[in-house]
Amino acid sequence: MTAKERILGKLRASLQGTTPVADDYDVGLLTEPWRYGDEARIGRLRRMLEAVHGETLLTTSAEWPARVVEALAARGIDELLISPATAHGQQFAGHLALTGSALRLKAYDRPVEAWKDELFFHTPASLTGTLGGIAATGSLMLWPTSQEPRLMSLVPPFHIALLKASEVRDNFHEFMHEHDWAAGLPTNALLVSGPSKTADIQQTLAYGAHGPKELLVLILEDA
Amino acid sequence: MSHVADTPAQPIAFKRNAREALADAQLRRNFRGAMDSLMDKRRNQFPDGDELERLRAFGNRVRARALSKLPDLLERLEANLVRNGVQVHWAETVEEANAIVHGIAERHAARKVIKGKSMVSEEMEMNHYLGDRGVDCLESDMGEFIVQLRAEKPSHIIMPAIHLNAGQVAKLFHDKLDVDYTEDVDRLIQIGRETLRRNFFEADIGVSGVNFAIAETGTLLLVENEGNGRMSTTVPPVHIAVTGIEKVVENLRDVIPLLSLLTRSATGQPITTYVNMISGPRKADELDGPQEVHLVLLDNGRSQAFADGELRQTLNCIRCGACMNHCPVYTRIGGHAYGTVYPGPIGKIVTPHMLGLETTRDLPTASSMCGACGEVCPVKIPIPSLLRRLREEAVRPPAAEPHHMRGQGAKYSKKETMIWKAWRKLNTSPALYRAALYAGTRLRGLMPANIGPWTEHRSAPKPAARTLHELAREHLGEQ
Repeated sequence: MTAKERILGKLRASLQGTTPVADDYDVGLLTEPWRYGDEARIGRLRRMLEAVHGETLLTTSAEWPARVVEALAARGIDELLISPATAHGQQFAGHLALTGSALRLKAYDRPVEAWKDELFFHTPASLTGTLGGIAATGSLMLWPTSQEPRLMSLVPPFHIALLKASEVRDNFHEFMHEHDWAAGLPTNALLVSGPSKTADIQQTLAYGAHGPKELLVLILEDA
Repeated sequence: MSHVADTPAQPIAFKRNAREALADAQLRRNFRGAMDSLMDKRRNQFPDGDELERLRAFGNRVRARALSKLPDLLERLEANLVRNGVQVHWAETVEEANAIVHGIAERHAARKVIKGKSMVSEEMEMNHYLGDRGVDCLESDMGEFIVQLRAEKPSHIIMPAIHLNAGQVAKLFHDKLDVDYTEDVDRLIQIGRETLRRNFFEADIGVSGVNFAIAETGTLLLVENEGNGRMSTTVPPVHIAVTGIEKVVENLRDVIPLLSLLTRSATGQPITTYVNMISGPRKADELDGPQEVHLVLLDNGRSQAFADGELRQTLNCIRCGACMNHCPVYTRIGGHAYGTVYPGPIGKIVTPHMLGLETTRDLPTASSMCGACGEVCPVKIPIPSLLRRLREEAVRPPAAEPHHMRGQGAKYSKKETMIWKAWRKLNTSPALYRAALYAGTRLRGLMPANIGPWTEHRSAPKPAARTLHELAREHLGEQ
């Protein structure tokens, strides 16, 4: 007998004569206390993100590239990791060309093994899209893709995320239900709520533990 | 005190450990401050008592449902993980689990493992096992990294280095990492970040735990704040997740109430910085993520707890640590005194199943039965009743049937059994009872001055000159 057969055998023997507990899932409890309405939803998301040191900015689908340039300039950063294959990547490259900006763009266009050192030590900032947001907890939903791989939102010290206001939902249940996640998840799906942090030393909060030290969320009000 | 590695604390030495810990003023200050702050943070997350109680009841039902179909859900989880490209392994004992992990390491000629936080890997003493076989394990959670540098064990399941203050960490980093002495916590964390960064991509294997394993979708869910969990499960070419067989939930949506209960109860956060859902290895068109993902499912005594309807509730646990944060015993003696991987109230009810009652016999009695642990448990584990049950199992005759636990009767004593039999007889026969009370009051002068532990710090009690019955009868007679 294998370990699996022995373990399952013991568990099955212990359950003999019992009936499974019914699924009385309480949707109301997970949604009703966490409703904000169209007026307050974005405000709640911003408040929650800012409470954990996330930065948020209200902007538009035309204006955001200028905001990114400003944010990078304010930090003295002259290089950005961004996917040229996405619509927002193309829009941003177009903006730079038009304004004659000296900002250098870097693409995550080869397997991580081919450029680990550069990614870890010479990539100060990145920009990614998001699938949406959750107001209740101030969370961004990220589904990394081959255009925007997993480490893009984790390794660079400054992460900028684009969030369409129309994709923000009140609570996690609503989001999961609407996107029918139960039907299938990608290799990696993430909720990100602020920059990386830790309170492991004497309960004192410090940001930038292993992931980004700063997170800037650009909320596109008209998208 | 802070036990060092060459003399690791053992649960069998609990009483001595506790005495030593109580005498350590620094340790007590560190814990008192930390526990007070954690209790406040949790309270602030649940302003609506009604919502809290309904959510706890909901969490309890989600866990009870998962356990009521555990074997089926484990098979479903495995089938879906395999379909997603994850390799699943089963281990009855920690030895088997370690051998599985080592086997994977050998196949990849791995020399270096980077670890996210995993209590099951502590249960396995994986670092030690792999270290003996030439594979270095480096902890990447800041707290775990600190205790590893000190050659210690975690003193709390969520905050491993909570027994230390900033000054102690400053000295440690100065001594071990050759950096300037600083008590600035931001600077200390940056030192940790810089030290660990290169290790993430030099490691051959990343090891993590699992918070919830979702049967419906074949997904491993991990929560964390630092990002080291995401690093450990994304950068190295191989990811091995280790978890207990009880961590499975039926449906993806089941994690919503459990997540909310977990992060709010544990650290008083509405959510952790990262909720990481892993459903497979890197696909052909993807540019990062491990090429191989393994899941090791460990029993290690859990099926023993599962066998009994009452004890099964132990397995509801979602490892939030709220029970220890609210425990008056844990707060005073800290995590190391227990000498176990899981300290505090949850440790007292789960460890006897892992190690047997012989070495853990003193743990169920290390409680004032104040009930705080049961009141705050987010999945409503009746910890005080389970402690009482384990006390009973520890004094039942070793051969008595049914036999529920390894080490049954570890505290059984014929003498004690006789005394309790006599006590019962005395209290159920009125004539005997009256005679004994009469003798007790009239022979009060014979009470010895020294009656063991009681008189170590107190004077011996002296029975009254006359019994309450006598006084009452006299009083009523006068009316």
